[in-house]
Amino acid sequence: MNDIPSILRTMEYGPAPEDARIVKDWLASHGKGFGHFIGGAFTRPAPKDAFDVFNPATGDRIASVTRGNAKDVDAAVAAATRAFSKWSALSGNRRARHLYALARHVQKHARFLAVLETIDNGKTIRETRDIDIPLVARHFYHHAGWAELRDEEFPGHAPVGVCGQIIPWNFPLLMLAWKVAPALAAGCTVVLKSAEHTPLTALAFAGICREAGLPDGVFNLVNGDGETGSALAGHDGIAKLAFTGSTAVGRILRRQTAGQAKKLSLELGGKSPFIVFENADIDAAIEGVVDAIWFNQGEVCCAGSRALVQEGIAARFHDKLKARMETLRVGDPLDKAIDIGAVVAPVQIESIRAKVEAGIAEGATMWQPSWAPSVPSGSQAAGCFFPPTLFTHVAPASSLAQEEIFGPVLATMTFRTPGEAIELANNSRYGLAASIWSQDLDTAFDAARRVKAGVVWINSTNLFDAAAGFGGYKESGFGREGGREGMLEYLVPAWTKKAKPVTAARPIAAPVPVSGRDAPGGEGLGLDRTVKMYIGGKQARPDSGYSYPVLDAKGRTITEAGLGNRKDIRNAVEAARKAGAWTAMTGHGRAQVLYFLAENLELRAAEFATRLSAMTGASADSAGHEVAAAAARIMYYAAWADKYDGAVRAPQPRMLSLALNEAWEVMGISCPDDSPLLAFVSLVAPAIAMGSRVVVTPSPRHPLAACDFYQLLDTSDVPGGVVNIVTGDRDELADTMAKHDDIAAHWYFGTTEGAAMVERESAGNLKAVWSNQGKQRDWLDGHQGQGAEFLFNAVRVKTIWTPFGI
Amino acid sequence: MKAATEKQAGSDRQIAPRHDLVPVRPDRPRNDGTDLRPAWFENTTVNLSAAERRAATLATRRTVKKAWQAAWLVRAIECIDLTTLAGDDTPGRVERLCAKARWPLRADLAEALGLSGYGLHTGAVCVYPSMVPDAVRALEGTGISVASVATGFPAGLTPLSTRLAEIRYAVEQGADEIDIVIHRAQVLTGDWPALYDELRRMREACGQAHMKAILATGELKTLTNVYRASMVAMMAGADFIKTSTGMEAVNATLPVSLVMVRAIRDYLGFTGLHVGFKPAGGIRAAKDAIAWLILMKEELGADWLRPDLFRIGASSLLGDIERQIEHYVTGRYSSADRHGMA
Repeated sequence: MNDIPSILRTMEYGPAPEDARIVKDWLASHGKGFGHFIGGAFTRPAPKDAFDVFNPATGDRIASVTRGNAKDVDAAVAAATRAFSKWSALSGNRRARHLYALARHVQKHARFLAVLETIDNGKTIRETRDIDIPLVARHFYHHAGWAELRDEEFPGHAPVGVCGQIIPWNFPLLMLAWKVAPALAAGCTVVLKSAEHTPLTALAFAGICREAGLPDGVFNLVNGDGETGSALAGHDGIAKLAFTGSTAVGRILRRQTAGQAKKLSLELGGKSPFIVFENADIDAAIEGVVDAIWFNQGEVCCAGSRALVQEGIAARFHDKLKARMETLRVGDPLDKAIDIGAVVAPVQIESIRAKVEAGIAEGATMWQPSWAPSVPSGSQAAGCFFPPTLFTHVAPASSLAQEEIFGPVLATMTFRTPGEAIELANNSRYGLAASIWSQDLDTAFDAARRVKAGVVWINSTNLFDAAAGFGGYKESGFGREGGREGMLEYLVPAWTKKAKPVTAARPIAAPVPVSGRDAPGGEGLGLDRTVKMYIGGKQARPDSGYSYPVLDAKGRTITEAGLGNRKDIRNAVEAARKAGAWTAMTGHGRAQVLYFLAENLELRAAEFATRLSAMTGASADSAGHEVAAAAARIMYYAAWADKYDGAVRAPQPRMLSLALNEAWEVMGISCPDDSPLLAFVSLVAPAIAMGSRVVVTPSPRHPLAACDFYQLLDTSDVPGGVVNIVTGDRDELADTMAKHDDIAAHWYFGTTEGAAMVERESAGNLKAVWSNQGKQRDWLDGHQGQGAEFLFNAVRVKTIWTPFGI
Repeated sequence: MKAATEKQAGSDRQIAPRHDLVPVRPDRPRNDGTDLRPAWFENTTVNLSAAERRAATLATRRTVKKAWQAAWLVRAIECIDLTTLAGDDTPGRVERLCAKARWPLRADLAEALGLSGYGLHTGAVCVYPSMVPDAVRALEGTGISVASVATGFPAGLTPLSTRLAEIRYAVEQGADEIDIVIHRAQVLTGDWPALYDELRRMREACGQAHMKAILATGELKTLTNVYRASMVAMMAGADFIKTSTGMEAVNATLPVSLVMVRAIRDYLGFTGLHVGFKPAGGIRAAKDAIAWLILMKEELGADWLRPDLFRIGASSLLGDIERQIEHYVTGRYSSADRHGMA
């Protein structure tokens, strides 16, 4: 078979196995199993409570790994807590040296780690060798730099504390690096929970931490399954949870951590569009598909799993794609000439198969290469393989177009116009990534801006770099990994560490029927009027038909405010949704409106101050101070409106990567009772300055300041629908907003219980929640009441990769 | 290529039939070209970054080891246009080159590979027109094609009449293949009708000899130019398209080759006609030859892993291949002086 003349006849590739001996020896040396890594030492393996680890390509059992329980998590969190004070207090340079050492040691063991990852996960040695492990090293190098620069680049910030981190099985070591490197750079210590299918490279990394001299307890590893993860996520001792995995589990963790005052970042599922315009380099796009959906067996959260192809080129595209699929090679992932290795486990094969069958049942047309029947069926013993699979004639409503398959399965659809491409692309609950193929700058950039996704690759796909933020829109999660924005996930404003808890809120007075004599606006203190709500640029009566008395500091009724309910929120969100022109405006345009608004507030400063005094009992001085601060704050965000627009990164030669700060579009804002005018302005101004439209519930006890404010909005050219004001019970309205799927972000500044409720209910569409987490904030303070924290939370970062060259 | 049997008539050295290992396809029609059809290429632009990415990962996605590597290197030998194109070429130098083309691999190595009697030889020798008679004489009866550059090689800026006369001269002297150069200005200015017409006339001048059109891609600069020039050359009836003269500042590169073979694939799709590909210039290492073979197999299929559709223009490549093959046979790293020079 391997005589030269025979080979000359067929010109086949032949086998090209990577030598796995050293890794196999290492695994054999751990024949008694692996424990956890806590406080700088490996715990004794507990064979009675262990799970087996298999090589998915062969079905061989390759290791036994101890399953972590609540006690193990306790011990790990305790070790991380002990290590935190010393580690976070190290100089940036010292921490940088540790991260640099980790990078160097990862490089030193690069081949070992690549082979181990391949054996554990089933992904090809080509990918682990050329992609996973080099990116791991790159991530530690990059973050060695952030460790060095933390204090200079993030003044006024402190490490969030002990971090719980839960990583998935599809890129085990790379996801570890994405989690661990920024945490350590920020000065945090970590407890990492590895994935049950793929715990081995994390264990090898623990050994590397020892070898590289990382202080004990800075990195702790607990192996285990969902229960272990749950114990970690819910642990009181962690200040931050970072998770990468499925949207379903992300939702569970969002609910579980609600109200626990934990920072949370979620990197979840996707059904990312791969858009091919008629002016694309089709051959390039075909190869892009290979890198999009046949990378890592399609087990990639940002896989371009939904190809949208312009109708005029669809036939040619599909012909070329099928020809390309014929040349893909599925098989032993340790073979250096394999494109698609093994799927991680039999259970995943079953899941893929079920989704493929559902797609066929829904009427889509399946196509596989001619050699597909020769791919082993996917039983454990035969190895978990699945052939590359193409679906055409996929309807947008089909599960193939809507649900993540997490396998080598591409769904394709056609579109007629660029506009329709964007509609189809955004017709998804997810928003992780998008790949756009066009040789025309106008077409490509237009699509890149309009697609709702955290990462956009123009004429490329699945590119990653430590300097470029990665993370999703919509139900693909929130938070970014990589770059400056990724560092902020592990830092908090230093003042929050000493902030006092909020005092319990007093309920609003019992509602009464809406008064008939509700003359709006008016001069002076309209003691006998009911202030209206403000929706879509118009004053609106509450749907409930009830209002509630607004009391002064002495408990006297000074006016009545509309008692908003869920329908008012619904109407307000609809109005905000329609006001898209605001988001499309230039920052300069928004700045002009904000300056005008500040100007008009100052013109009526005395009137606002009087009203504040009447409501809150504040002294004239103090009220005047609040109004002046509010005007200054509007100017502050007017100043930022055309400046906080993002950054340019150059992760590769001939590549511009843009980190664009994009608006959330529709936001919900729940205001506190303290500083009723200033807090309202402090929250609304950055949100609208950055281009969002907001549904805001002003202070329930002192709503008048905000309600008077709508007159300013009217007179300052703020378009209708940009700021929508609904008065009423904060938490009742916040509940509706948190559950509203068309709100992308919710800022909640009320009670501890309210924050917990909002965080819990936000799990529905996984909107990003920024809350006071039960901590008091001094709205007059320049650090607490305004600044980078507000701006950062007012945007979501879209990373656009733009390769160029001729 | 011209059937080997024509030349075997007067042979004093029996060439073993090679049909079982390199099946010929007599039923495959020669590319006679088409009308100039700008619609087939005018809207095509090539994305450089994507082409580079594909080119860079070709040899990381595929590899051949051990016996497969040795066999692939043997196939590379069969695809070499062993070339000398220097001002100091002499009949003696050409004779020596031809001898190397006939016996490219040491006999003991060929035997160790099980290829005794296989009649392994390079695809062709490639010389200047005035050296064609020497090459023809040296290769008489061997079945090895003689290729001649022509048309004012390498710049191609002599008058068209001169360039055509040069082709006719080389053909008359017995050249089987003519490596012509295109007029780069016609590409750089997008004058496709002019390019097409000149190439048509060159193809006519070639007659039965096969025309290999050198695009001099290092001077066309953009991959889009390379794609369009490739298409026009094929429409004009090129039997092969070839990257470089070896004299440009940038010679054969994988991204350029990728674009050219994709043009060949598109042309096949449009016409059903097979056109060959020849990278030339700067290919010196055995592993480069493997990379190009991988490119051909991946983008065009196994049909393009044979000398009738694939050639490598090279002078020093063979030496490295011999050393690698000796390493395969003996397990020892070899040195250049253990193999006969060209």
